[in-house]
Amino acid sequence: MSKTIERVDRSGQAPPRHPVRHALRRVGDAFLRRREASVLLVAIGLGIYFASARSVFLSRDNLVNISQATAPAAIVAIGEVFLLVSGELDLSVGAVFALAPFLMHYAVDYYGVPPLPAILLALVIAAAIGFVNGFITVVLRVPSFVTTLGTLFIVIGIVLTTSHAYPAEIPAAADGTVSRWFGRGDWSEITWCLLLVAFFHVVLTRTRWGLHTISVGGNLLGATEAGIRAGRIKMGNFMMASVLGAFAGILDAFRIHTIDPNLGGGTTITFTAISAAVIGGTALAGGSGTIVGAFLGALVLAILLNGFNLIGVNANPMFVVQGVAILVAMIANVYLSRLRRAGRS
Amino acid sequence: MTEGGNSQTVLRVEHIAKRFGALTALSDVSMHLDRSEVLGLIGDNGAGKSTLMKIICGFHRPDAGRVLVDGEEVVLKSVKHARSLGIDTVYQDLALVNELTVYHNMFLNRELVRWPLLSNRRMRQLAKQELDDMGVAIADVDAEVAKLSGGQRQAIAVARSVYSDAKILLLDEPLAAMGAKEGALILDLVRDLKRKGQVSIIIIAHNYGQILEICDRINLLQHGTITFDKPAAETSVQELTDLVVAEYRAAMARRAAEGGG
Repeated sequence: MSKTIERVDRSGQAPPRHPVRHALRRVGDAFLRRREASVLLVAIGLGIYFASARSVFLSRDNLVNISQATAPAAIVAIGEVFLLVSGELDLSVGAVFALAPFLMHYAVDYYGVPPLPAILLALVIAAAIGFVNGFITVVLRVPSFVTTLGTLFIVIGIVLTTSHAYPAEIPAAADGTVSRWFGRGDWSEITWCLLLVAFFHVVLTRTRWGLHTISVGGNLLGATEAGIRAGRIKMGNFMMASVLGAFAGILDAFRIHTIDPNLGGGTTITFTAISAAVIGGTALAGGSGTIVGAFLGALVLAILLNGFNLIGVNANPMFVVQGVAILVAMIANVYLSRLRRAGRS
Repeated sequence: MTEGGNSQTVLRVEHIAKRFGALTALSDVSMHLDRSEVLGLIGDNGAGKSTLMKIICGFHRPDAGRVLVDGEEVVLKSVKHARSLGIDTVYQDLALVNELTVYHNMFLNRELVRWPLLSNRRMRQLAKQELDDMGVAIADVDAEVAKLSGGQRQAIAVARSVYSDAKILLLDEPLAAMGAKEGALILDLVRDLKRKGQVSIIIIAHNYGQILEICDRINLLQHGTITFDKPAAETSVQELTDLVVAEYRAAMARRAAEGGG
C-alpha cells in the first residue's frame, strides 16, 4: 500500500499537471485491488444495459424477482466459499436444499412439531449430514468431491423415496406468519440473504475461524505446524455449508409455496452457487475467497437470467450464457490479479 | 568426541542412532549446543543432517541415545512437545500462509482476540514493533506474504519463532535458493539474534561458505556421525572443503573397490 502511494507521489512531483487524475487513479487503484470490484462493475453494467433495454427491468415486481433468484444461490454460496477457501467442496448441498423443507413438513404434519422447532430440527439434521461429509473427508480421507457426490445421491434418494417423488403442501401450521417471515414475503429471502452475507463476511475476515479457514486452505502443512486443527475447521465448514443449504431450501419452499422434491433443480442450485463463488473471486485451489464477491456473483447470474428473459431470449440458451459468464469471470480474475500484483511490486 | 560443553549447554544429544529399515541414517551422534551459540551443522547430502534435525525437533524418535534439554533428559513425543520445550524449526517455505498478511502470519494460531473479533490493530502494531526490534525491514506488515521475497518470508518465519519464545532455533538450509542480498538479510538477522543472546541456533547448511562467518562452531556430519567439531574461528572454508572432498574420494574409492571385487 505505502509503496503504491510512494510511486504515485513521485510521478506526481515531476509534472504536477494532473493532480485530479492522480487522485482518481489512486482511488481507482484501491478499488481495483478489492477482489469484489470487478464483479460489482459487471453487475452495475448489466443493470444499466437491461434497464435501458426494457424499462420493466427496474419495476418493483421485477426487482423482487431478481432478489428472489439471487438470495438462495447466494446463501448456498456462502457455505461453498468457506469450503472452497479451506480447500474443499460440497456437491451435496443442493440435495440438502430439497430435503430440508420435507423434513420440516414431516415433523409438522406427521409428528405434530410446531413450525419453528420443525425448521430448527431440519437444520440440525442438515448439520448431521454436513458432519458425515466432513467425517468421511477428514477422517477417512476421501476427497470431498467424491464424498459429497456420494451423499448427493443418498440425500436425493431419501427425498424421492420418502416423498414418493410427489410435491407436498406447506404445512397449514406454518402457512402464515412463519411462511411470510421465512421466504414468502416479497423481500424476506433477500433480507435473510443480506443478513447472512454480512454476518459471514465478518466471520471470514475478522474472526479466528475465518483466519484459520484461510490458513488451512492456503498452507495446510504450515497451518497444522502452527497447531491449527485443520480437521476441525473443515468439519465445521462442511456442517455450516449444509445448514446454510437447508435454510435456503426452506426459504425457497415457502416462497414458491410448495414443497417440491425437485426444489433447486437437484444439482442446479449447487452449481449456480459454486459459479457465484467463482465469479466473485473465490479460488478453487483454496486459500482465498470473499463472501461479498459470491453474493455479487449470484446477483450477476440472476440479472443475466432475468434480463435475457425480458429481452426475449428463452431459458434454453441461458446455460450457454451462464457458462460464458463463468469463463469470462475467471479469465478476468486471472488477468486482474496479475495486474494487482504488478501494481504492488 | 563431542563430550564438551558446560553448564551453559542448552541442548545435548548423546549416542543417537536411527535406522530406516536396512538404511542406517545415524549411527552414533553426540553433539551439544551452548546458550546463545550459533552452531553450523554441515555435511553432504545423505549424511544424516535432516534426520538429526527431525529427531531434535520431535518428528522422529531415535532408536538409541538420548536428548537433554537444559541438562535434563527428555523424550520428545511430537513436534508440538518439542516446541513447548522451546525447540522450534524454521523450514524455508513451509511456515507461512501466503494468503495472509505479515502480521496475521506472525500471530498465526496465537491471534489476539477481543471476542468475537480479531484485534487486528494490536496485532499489526506488535508485529511491526517486533520486526523493527529484530531489524527485519518489512515496509508493510499489511502486505500479503505472497508478495514478499523469499528472504523476507524466512525472516518473518524466524521472527515468529523468536516471538513465540523459542529458545533453540533450528534453521534448515536458510540460504538455499536465495540471492546474495536475500541471504545477507538472513545472516544479519542471525547475527542480531546472536548479539541479543536470547536464542541458541543450529544452522543446517549444505553450503558452509556462506554460514561460516556467523557461526561460533562447526560440526561436520559424515555417514551418520559427527567427524569434526571446531570453533569456526579455527577452521576455514578450505579445511572444510578438503574434509568433504577427502570423504567423497574415499567413498568413490570404496565403491570402485566393491564394484571391482
